[in-house]
Amino acid sequence: MALDFGFVRGLVRGGIPHLHELGVELEAVDGSGLTISLGYQERLIGNPETGVLHGGVITVLLDTASGLAVWSAVDKPVPIATLDLRIDYLKPATPGQRLFARADCFKLTRNVAFTRALAYHSADDPIAQGIGSFMLLTPGQPPAPVR
Amino acid sequence: MAATRFLDFLTQARMSGDFEAVLQAIPYARFLGLKLRSGPDGLWSVMPFSHRLVGNPMLPAIHGGVTGAFLENAAIVTLIAEMDTPALPKIINITIEYLRPGRPVDCYASGVITRQGRRVANVRVEAWQEDRAHPIALASAHFLLTMPD
Repeated sequence: MALDFGFVRGLVRGGIPHLHELGVELEAVDGSGLTISLGYQERLIGNPETGVLHGGVITVLLDTASGLAVWSAVDKPVPIATLDLRIDYLKPATPGQRLFARADCFKLTRNVAFTRALAYHSADDPIAQGIGSFMLLTPGQPPAPVR
Repeated sequence: MAATRFLDFLTQARMSGDFEAVLQAIPYARFLGLKLRSGPDGLWSVMPFSHRLVGNPMLPAIHGGVTGAFLENAAIVTLIAEMDTPALPKIINITIEYLRPGRPVDCYASGVITRQGRRVANVRVEAWQEDRAHPIALASAHFLLTMPD
């Protein structure tokens, strides 16, 4: 089972304003996770000396892929809230190259989902890894406490 | 921008205390619309709300990745403003804890250098919105401090 590719692609392209702004694309969806990608853009540079992307861009990509991987594992877009995300930057992204992020939800409990994600240009040479945990919020309840 | 130009900015900013020029020299900081302001406990980073930053249009809420990116950049600002040597810190890792959804209002962040060694620094950052007593996210990050060639 997996989320419908067209449904997730619609979310990434138009349903989530920040992903639409960035131009994030959906590459693949399967039972435990999915892959998204983002083209190189000068406005996303973090180091003006080298043209290397800002680490924050990689955070956005890994967080996005991880959250969507939870939906893919639950098999529907339930309300979720990120509890925490730890990212290791293994090497700088290469200027000019398209960035991919693959995330898997490797453990799902009643309340919490655990994810692993990698960012890369080439799958055998990761740029960053992300470990996340997400609260599953019961549909029909208020999405999250304000205070 | 040439390498020397950016380091000139850094050196000038360290003398004048005006770090806004350094921030605006980082394209991604401009993309997020980040600004600086002086707070009672040092330099604050500000991320004015924009619909472009939304990750959950139902609430609506700021994209969690954007909140993380804002915290990461605020940590860099803290290091650039407070550390002893002029260099652009390279991030090694960051842990972001999400406490509350980022509502559609401006975000603020302030950081503290927990430890600065010769090669590595640890920075803690918190982000809040209307009420500092209710932070929306916390982060702890390590940076490699490299001198430019």
